[in-house]
Amino acid sequence: MIQQIVFLVLLIGFSALFTVNIRQIKKNINLGKDVDRSSNSKARWKEMIRVALGQSKMVHRPIAGFLHILIYVGFVIINIEVIEIIIDGVFGTHRVLSFLGPVYGFLIGSFEILAALVLISCVFFLTRRNIMRIPRFWSKEMKGWPKTDANLILLFEIVLMFAFLLMNASDSLLVAMNSSYYTVEFSTPISQYFIPLIGHLSEVNLILIERASWWFHIIGILAFLNYLVVSKHLHIILAFPNTYYSNLESKGKFANMDSVTNEVKKMLDPNIDPFAITDDTTPERFGAKDVKDLSWIQLMNAYSCTECGRCTSECPANQTGKILSPRKVMMDVRDRVEVVGKGIKKEGEGFDDGKSLLDSISIEELWACTSCNACTEACPINIDPLSIIVDLRRYLVMEESAAPMELNNIFNNIENNGAPWQFSMSDRLNWKDE
Amino acid sequence: MSQLIVPTMAELMAKGEKADVLFWVGCAGSFDDRAKKITKAFVKLLNKANVKFAVLGTEESCSGDPARRSGNEFLFQMQAMSNIEVMNAYEVQKVVTACPHCFNTLKNEYPELGGKYEVVHHTQLLKELLDDGKLTIEGGSFSGKKITFHDPCYLGRANDVYEAPRELIQKLDAELVEMKRCKAKGLCCGAGGAQMFKEPEKGNKDINIERTEDALEVKPNFIATGCPFCNTMMTDGVKNKEKEEDIQVLDIAEMIAQAQNL
Ligand code: SF4
Ligand code: SF4
Repeated sequence: MIQQIVFLVLLIGFSALFTVNIRQIKKNINLGKDVDRSSNSKARWKEMIRVALGQSKMVHRPIAGFLHILIYVGFVIINIEVIEIIIDGVFGTHRVLSFLGPVYGFLIGSFEILAALVLISCVFFLTRRNIMRIPRFWSKEMKGWPKTDANLILLFEIVLMFAFLLMNASDSLLVAMNSSYYTVEFSTPISQYFIPLIGHLSEVNLILIERASWWFHIIGILAFLNYLVVSKHLHIILAFPNTYYSNLESKGKFANMDSVTNEVKKMLDPNIDPFAITDDTTPERFGAKDVKDLSWIQLMNAYSCTECGRCTSECPANQTGKILSPRKVMMDVRDRVEVVGKGIKKEGEGFDDGKSLLDSISIEELWACTSCNACTEACPINIDPLSIIVDLRRYLVMEESAAPMELNNIFNNIENNGAPWQFSMSDRLNWKDE
Repeated sequence: MSQLIVPTMAELMAKGEKADVLFWVGCAGSFDDRAKKITKAFVKLLNKANVKFAVLGTEESCSGDPARRSGNEFLFQMQAMSNIEVMNAYEVQKVVTACPHCFNTLKNEYPELGGKYEVVHHTQLLKELLDDGKLTIEGGSFSGKKITFHDPCYLGRANDVYEAPRELIQKLDAELVEMKRCKAKGLCCGAGGAQMFKEPEKGNKDINIERTEDALEVKPNFIATGCPFCNTMMTDGVKNKEKEEDIQVLDIAEMIAQAQNL
């Protein structure tokens, strides 16, 4: 009975905490500007199923992709077990799903095999991240928390899988002992190898191990859920909405700024006196200086980023030693929206710490981008770092007139003679007779 | 060399005629000495295939691509709207261009501002002409040569056009060799996003050198391009590697024209 109460308290407590945390993230994402991505839901479902569920872009790097799918499938399927744990926990039953009979035994057996595969994959990933010097895991932005975060999760998965297997091993030993509570038989393709380790223990100790693993497993999962919100592992949830709301248009098409269209139309229309109209369609800012100037899609992108660095490793600027890293752009946006979100929570809408995104993303990074779309192509969950880079450039150019000098020259040329170079428009057809 | 026939939209209109397709030449194609050769080669092919086309001539202005990529949305939209006004006045239906940047901008970004046309890249039009039997392609001096194609970002990744240029190259009776990074994974030449017009940021290498190294790895006789800016970047890269004796950088239109001594 006490066990059940403790269980319920934990379950409700952690779930409530999780709800609060997710609500805050949703609020933070909604700090972004509205954009409409509701059309074409059929294509959106398809994209989500293909890219998030089917992980179609992960396998572009076959080994990592395959192991990632193993962990992912393992994680999802083994979590079916969690349903049972929750029912058992609340009602004080033991292995309640065992009424399934032989199917149950088979299920547990396959969970064990998956658990073993997940274990192996995690060990491989840990080695790869920490021993093999793969450049994308060693860049500047991965120092400190991001690196710890990645390792923590892998270690955590390993421990969790061990607990699961240990629980089954002790349980099956208790069954063999005809211990009163333990009556459900199931297959133990993997956990049987743990038996030499604990086979000599007394019934009481085995029960202790079984219970401890059980509690560890469920508390671990509840804690994991709440850990997600500060981790790159939020992608296991956000990858789905993120791919659903993917940009479905040609990658080369940049979002039109309607606010500018209004202004330009006014300028081009000879019948309107541009100084005579005052309307409120003019936005307070052209382009993006801070997270609130970005769209909610871009902010959701930032929260979804897995920090895998595939974008950065394909980026031509990054490959040739420039400081631009599209992954860092995404991480900076997430860090900043966290700060702004917390600030607003504390101080209200007017929160202003005198800082902006441009304090973490430098001008040098922004101007190094060739707008080649290699990053968006590489991203396994369709994140678009380029759109953020362009919005920040828009702010620099239109609000601060802070384009590099050479670009200011081409702007002048285009404006005055319709070409980025200093040629006269009247010479435009000269090539014909040259 | 026979005289190029390049009517302008205005001339045709004065005669009460209309072009089937507008050839959008672009700034590089109009003013850059290297790119002008591509423009002329393409016109030769259009003339040979008897395509009823016209150019805007002095009425054409920068598409606005470099302005938009570098964040000057005002300038971009000014350019776009005045170009659209001109094209709509001529009731343009179809546009062809040899510049992937103009191609992308006109195709994807003009519609929202009122310019709705069928826009194709010159390799796509050439492929169409070939399929319709209006154009023949022979190998000539390219027969049996090794050619590698550098995908322009704004043709490939941005618009998913990968096959038209490749099919044309294969028609040259040449061996098409792919670089290790090609198609969707093709590496940028370094010119996009208005980088063409400025010094690169501090780094340890220029992007065009990195890309030229990709090309050199497959030991081609020719590097084929489909973009005037890629062409410049790759030509500079080949020079930097002192390989200009062995490797020529040519636009696909130039190759097809040269193969038949046009
Ligand atoms: S679009 Fe910009 S940030 Fe993205 S890969 Fe290309 S150069 Fe790098
Ligand atoms: S943006 Fe995409 S590719 Fe880049 S680190 Fe994040 S998840 Fe990976």
